[in-house]
Amino acid sequence: MNDEPIIPGPARPLKPHRLLKFLRQEILPTAFCPGCGCGTVLNSFAQAVEELSIDPKDMVFVTGIGCSSWIPSPYFKGDTLHTTHGRPIAFATGVKIMRPDLKVVVIAGDGDIAGIGGNHLVHAARRNIDITVLMVNNWNYGMTGGQVSPATPFGVPTTTTPYDNPEHPLEAAELVAAAGANYVSRWTTYHVFPLMESIQKALEIEGFSFIEILSQCPVSYGKMVDMRRASDFLKFYRDQSVRVHKAKEMSAEELEGKIVVGKLVERQRSEFVTSLRRINERFREG
Amino acid sequence: MMTQRQSRLSGFDNRTLFLLGDEAAAYGALYAGCDFFAGYPITPASEIAEVMSRELPRVDGYYVQMEDEIASLSAVIGAVWAGAKAMTATSGPGFSLMQENIGYAIMTETPCVIIDVQRSGPSTGQATKPAQGDVLQARWGTHGDHEIIALAPSSVQECFELTVESFNLAEKYRIPVILLMDGEIGHLRESITFPAYEDVAREERRLAEPEVESFGGEDVPPMSHFGEGRFIHVTGSTHKASGMRDVSTQAVHEDLVTRLCRKIVDACAEISSVEEDFVDGAKIGVLAYGATARPARGAVLEARRAGCAVDFLRLITIWPFPEEAVKRLADRVDTILVPEMNLGQIAREVERFTAAPVLPLSKIGGVPHTIDEILDAIRANGSGSGSTVGQRP
Amino acid sequence: MNIRFSGFGGQGIVLSGYIFGVAAVFDGKQALQTQSYGSESRGGGCRSDVIISEDEIFELAPPRLDVLVALSQAAYDAYLPALREDGTLILEDDLVDTGNGSGHRTFRIKATDIAHKKFGRKIMANMVMLGFICAIVEAVSREGLERAILDNVPKGTEEMNQQAFEEGYRIGKGEPG
Repeated sequence: MNDEPIIPGPARPLKPHRLLKFLRQEILPTAFCPGCGCGTVLNSFAQAVEELSIDPKDMVFVTGIGCSSWIPSPYFKGDTLHTTHGRPIAFATGVKIMRPDLKVVVIAGDGDIAGIGGNHLVHAARRNIDITVLMVNNWNYGMTGGQVSPATPFGVPTTTTPYDNPEHPLEAAELVAAAGANYVSRWTTYHVFPLMESIQKALEIEGFSFIEILSQCPVSYGKMVDMRRASDFLKFYRDQSVRVHKAKEMSAEELEGKIVVGKLVERQRSEFVTSLRRINERFREG
Repeated sequence: MMTQRQSRLSGFDNRTLFLLGDEAAAYGALYAGCDFFAGYPITPASEIAEVMSRELPRVDGYYVQMEDEIASLSAVIGAVWAGAKAMTATSGPGFSLMQENIGYAIMTETPCVIIDVQRSGPSTGQATKPAQGDVLQARWGTHGDHEIIALAPSSVQECFELTVESFNLAEKYRIPVILLMDGEIGHLRESITFPAYEDVAREERRLAEPEVESFGGEDVPPMSHFGEGRFIHVTGSTHKASGMRDVSTQAVHEDLVTRLCRKIVDACAEISSVEEDFVDGAKIGVLAYGATARPARGAVLEARRAGCAVDFLRLITIWPFPEEAVKRLADRVDTILVPEMNLGQIAREVERFTAAPVLPLSKIGGVPHTIDEILDAIRANGSGSGSTVGQRP
Repeated sequence: MNIRFSGFGGQGIVLSGYIFGVAAVFDGKQALQTQSYGSESRGGGCRSDVIISEDEIFELAPPRLDVLVALSQAAYDAYLPALREDGTLILEDDLVDTGNGSGHRTFRIKATDIAHKKFGRKIMANMVMLGFICAIVEAVSREGLERAILDNVPKGTEEMNQQAFEEGYRIGKGEPG
């Protein structure tokens, strides 16, 4: 590992962070806005990779277009396929079929995964292909300046819902669970340690694994709802979160506006690429 | 030791079968080494997917039916970077959906093959009927400056041969290649004689040596694959030779996009393939491609038998446009007749290379030209003066 | 030689055209076959055209038919105008009424009835018809056709298909049964 990270900025020498080895240090610092939750997700993900002792050479990151797609691409030092908006899961399907030995990870936003790419999400979960998807949900299209997304809460103003959002948000984790994924959870950037553990689980489990990560966007989203500091979001996540097992005992009214966090699904349905490759064995000679 | 593919396909060696154009194209892909297909059902291209789904597992390849055509080309591109030779097949509506990712494949220099079995449009049009209406879409369908390679087969035999050629050109120039079939050729059956598996020329992928960059340095740089510890970065954003994104430096974008265009423009003569059949004293030439070239050729031969000298030029390569061959024809004759199953898309392109009248003989509605229709147009204009056809709407 | 097989979906129209094309290839001739597609060929009106030639085929769709095989009234009505004056008309006798006749050289056979009575399976009608056509039209050889049939019918049904073909052929040649 390179002990001298090239980080422009303060003159005093920085002690290299132990997880910096996972990053393309020559392109740091990141382009994330001050207070953005993407750094927390990146940190949690790198920690999970470290804990599992996965060699980054065995990982392929596939991303779309949007702020959170930058978490692995280009920052994470692995093979990175930075695709068209909404399509990373479909690109990842081709990668995984050809190279099932590689860990294929998609990190992208709510607009990418649940909006323009929503159909790919549903069908990848249905196939139960062995891909890990981290959907970083910041409740808006942040990169383009704060437009309403399919995950924006009801009644909230955005740059394209100036009279408040008349639509209801998609509960992406519940959708993916219903579609057939082997592992589904939801956490927030407040829940750093359970999130890290969940990412480890998602990387380990065979089949489609999906984590919806609520992640603050104080700049594009926060400006419109007067939550301009990262801590405003973290406090909100802390106060509004309900664990899955508790949520089961609550009424729909009680759950209104709450964030259900925890593991939604863990199961062992057969995995797509394994089944696909088994067909070929029928024709193998000898 | 024979590979599984070789032993499966050599069963077809030198055999003559009665196949659909779609089926022949699928076998061409298999002979070319295609080991990944992603697609979505659509008339008149579904038979390609059906053959691929049946045959790929037998040659240790993979077929996946995706949720739509956008996903299909996405999966194809992903598979290529993971080491595959990959293809998808569709028709007009699906081809429209693929346009954004065609641009992505051009920008990332991803070799792959897209078969468009053209049907009558716009929109759903006459879903089961043939047309040649996607010719300019193949050229300009995706946004931004770019070049593309597109080929058009005129027979079932050529569906096979040009699919092989499409794969070879894709690898040689690191570009998506579009096989512009049409519903007529895709859905007709003819005899096709398979070559011996060993006799098929296959362009293998040129992979980069360690430390060699995969997105610059030469006009067609060598590729790298995922999973080799090279930490490659593939992006549709403007990038440097290393692959790393740089969207703010004017020169980086200019260098990249001009190189992506130059690698095709400079190789136009090498890529271009045409069938030229010129005769002394011809005043009129017929220029055709795809299915329409069949009755066009028949009409030319019949006109000659009746004593009328007619030149014939068939475009096998549509893009890059074989302008040298078109100029040669234009220098010889006074009039160029262009029968097409669209409202004059290639006729318009031909006009750029000749001052002589270019007469579109357009026919749409899902019914191919007959020999008589083209023969009548030759007769009416064969003297080289005046015209009775060629009214463009 | 331009032949059109026509009728409705389920009568084996497409298969008949295909088998004729394969037979032509076995005979070393050029053949080009097209057909109606999609839901049309599965219950509605259905056609399959075959062009057979010693030389390269340039025409994609036969502008004029040398032989029209019509297995339904709708097909007869629709395609009769495309048949050349000196062309040959081959009809399913129980399903097509030509009124006062079309003036063409016409052959009729109760293929469906024969298939049902002789073989207990109406689906054999197209094999009876193929044999009948083979006896009348000199487009492809009998050997080529029989080989094409055996290559393209479900395993285990070869013998019955062969017998149905022979029955049609015998009737076409006017031989006693």
